[in-house]
Amino acid sequence: MMDIRLIAHDLAASYGARTVFSGVSLEICHGEVLVVSGANGSGKSTFLRLLAGLQQATAGSVVYHYADRDWLPRDACPLIGWVAPDLALYRELTARENLRFFAEVRRLHLSDADINDLLEQLGLGGRGDDRLSAYSSGMAQRLRYAYALIHRPPVLLLDEPTVTLDVRGAEVVDQVIARQRRDGIVVVATNDPRELRYADLLLELGR
Amino acid sequence: MQEPYKIEHRLAAIRPVGLRDLLAAAWAIFIKDLRSELRTRYALNALVLFAASAAVAVSLGVGFIGLRRSEEYLLIQSALLWIALLFAALNGLSRGFVYEEETRTMAALRLAAPPIAVYLGKLLFNLALLVLLGTVTSLLFIVLVRIEVGSPLAFTLVLSAGGFCLATATTILAAIIARASFKSALFAVLAFPLLVPPLIVAIQATALTLDTAGMALALPAIRTLMAYAVAMFVASLMLFRFVWEA
Repeated sequence: MMDIRLIAHDLAASYGARTVFSGVSLEICHGEVLVVSGANGSGKSTFLRLLAGLQQATAGSVVYHYADRDWLPRDACPLIGWVAPDLALYRELTARENLRFFAEVRRLHLSDADINDLLEQLGLGGRGDDRLSAYSSGMAQRLRYAYALIHRPPVLLLDEPTVTLDVRGAEVVDQVIARQRRDGIVVVATNDPRELRYADLLLELGR
Repeated sequence: MQEPYKIEHRLAAIRPVGLRDLLAAAWAIFIKDLRSELRTRYALNALVLFAASAAVAVSLGVGFIGLRRSEEYLLIQSALLWIALLFAALNGLSRGFVYEEETRTMAALRLAAPPIAVYLGKLLFNLALLVLLGTVTSLLFIVLVRIEVGSPLAFTLVLSAGGFCLATATTILAAIIARASFKSALFAVLAFPLLVPPLIVAIQATALTLDTAGMALALPAIRTLMAYAVAMFVASLMLFRFVWEA
């Protein structure tokens, strides 16, 4: 198993003239969970989007060190699994079609059994052939986890990880995070004080 | 929790992307778009309805004028055909990217697919839509506007080359405007300078193919259109990553 390390140096993000956060430097090593907390608008989601390469930092840098090379966020898509409330999958496709599509573009060869297993693990067993338009918000959140985990990424970025999930769904998230500790690193952005228990490292934005 | 999948998946995801991988990913995106389109009819209805209304309007407007079959008459028919194709294309071909943005699936696609594969997949989808649009519009014009095609092969080639120009230009423009506020207006403004030159060539070449002299006269125009389309395709391949990751 290859180890991964995330190094952020003097990171800043702005929207127009408003600086959301600045001067964030940290290092996360394999097996660690970073919890990012802060009030609404403090930049938690923005921080995760910077780590995912979905947004450019105003200043500073993020580098992943993995498999004997450095990866900038914009090239690190194969390393990253991202779950967020604003992540949408294709509503007109079934869950199985969505997962098969994302596996194909990621160059993975998944059998039906692999997809069934993954859906089963996330509590969506038997619902793989339903279109997403028929999914509840909690089921859609579970499917976001399937999307994020399908390529077994060493970096898991979770924005409000248990939002819309029921008790059983929250237990699944616990299991996902516990396994990801073995496989790589996790960054959780949350407002929920109960989710601070995941933290090995804590970053509080907006202070 | 058991291991739901294999460690090879992680290794497969980080290995360098080869040409075969790109083409396979582009094909997957094309099939996904096709499947979505067949279920939602998001672009299909707009394209076909626009083409049909244009053909009916033209047929009612000029079909009974009774002009002699002169050079000007062929140019007018050809211009009307291409105007119908152009506006239907402007109306429908931007939707590949705009739909991803409106349904907020862009981020999921960005994180999973290589940028070039996204461009190729969307281009393939737009080409497929244009083949359908070209076929429907031409048939409607032949039936309703009573266009007589002198050289069917040359007519098909001009239509294909012109369609390739439309598809390459509109695909990259659609990616540029997808996140803008006034998408339609911006799309039309940006498309105008890019599409007018090949449109002029296509109109004149199509008029030639309606005459019996056909192929020999239209061949230079077909070459020009193909050269334009290839240049636009290569430029788009080079630019797309910057547009996609902006």
